[in-house]
Amino acid sequence: MGTVSVAPTEIERPESAEEPVEVPEPDVPWVTVVHNDPVNLMSYVTYVFQAYFGYSKEKAKKLMLDVHHKGRAIVSSGTREEMERDVQAMHGYGLWATLTQDR
Amino acid sequence: MAGHFEPTGDGGAAIALDEVEVSILRSLAVQLLELIGPGSEPAPSENGAAGDGSGQLEGMDGMEGVAWPPFADGPTEPPADPALARLFPDAYGPGPETKPDDSANGAYNGNASDAGERAAASAEEARAAAAASAEFRRYTENDLRARKREDGLAVVRALDALTPGEKGAVLTLGPDDSRRWLGTLNDLRLAIGTRLELTDDNDGSELYSLPDSDPRKPMVMAYLWLGGLQETLIETLL
Repeated sequence: MGTVSVAPTEIERPESAEEPVEVPEPDVPWVTVVHNDPVNLMSYVTYVFQAYFGYSKEKAKKLMLDVHHKGRAIVSSGTREEMERDVQAMHGYGLWATLTQDR
Repeated sequence: MAGHFEPTGDGGAAIALDEVEVSILRSLAVQLLELIGPGSEPAPSENGAAGDGSGQLEGMDGMEGVAWPPFADGPTEPPADPALARLFPDAYGPGPETKPDDSANGAYNGNASDAGERAAASAEEARAAAAASAEFRRYTENDLRARKREDGLAVVRALDALTPGEKGAVLTLGPDDSRRWLGTLNDLRLAIGTRLELTDDNDGSELYSLPDSDPRKPMVMAYLWLGGLQETLIETLL
């Protein structure tokens, strides 16, 4: 019976090696955050969200108001590379944007 | 049409500008170009060796000597000039907000070692953000500068192409030029807004009531005028 009880633990070991407990959370998405500032016009921020992200006017305006009233809003999410592209584009438009991992 | 853009019907925009307005806009655009610095294209030199661009950018003296190898890595540190730092902000980190730790530490009088651990963790986070920002800046800032410069140059060229009549000239922009103008008008307002040290949303409304004796008045007038131009240009694009 001893051999029977040992067998399952031997099968489990390679499985746990394939899926180690401590992985650097590859599935946690990154987000682009746009920050409020006193210079950018509300209409301009709305325009940028429509023009660059292709958001509807309603969605763009809601995000703009979030930025304005809450100081910041998440405007997109995805891989780190995608968010670096979005942040670079936002800087191109003159919006103050950062990317961060959404925890 | 005076003082504001109107749609031309084919996706473009038009505005009537008098001589003084053209001169102010051109001067501001050239100052922005000087602030941003040269791109990868050769800067026009005094003897016109750079060819087609020569003569259009008399106001850009001093840029010829600035080294700007087109394929070199970009900078890793944020620009020292606050206006430039606003145009090219860090991509990682807390952004313009006041550090959340300030209020948290003030309200928190409990376990000292706990607070110490959190301070160490946030310092580590700040170091990681600074390193990531430096890397991002190295690969993106030169491109970003070049694009902003191209937009500014398009503005200067459009103004130089105007043929002034008795009461001024009508500037007509196609859709692509409208977007370049929009970017430059916004960059100008960001740069001037930084110079005026606008830091919260209420500062904007205070500007309207500055006394004439205030030394900031001319810059404020330009800032508000550019805001009107930008606002009406956006309307033509929506």
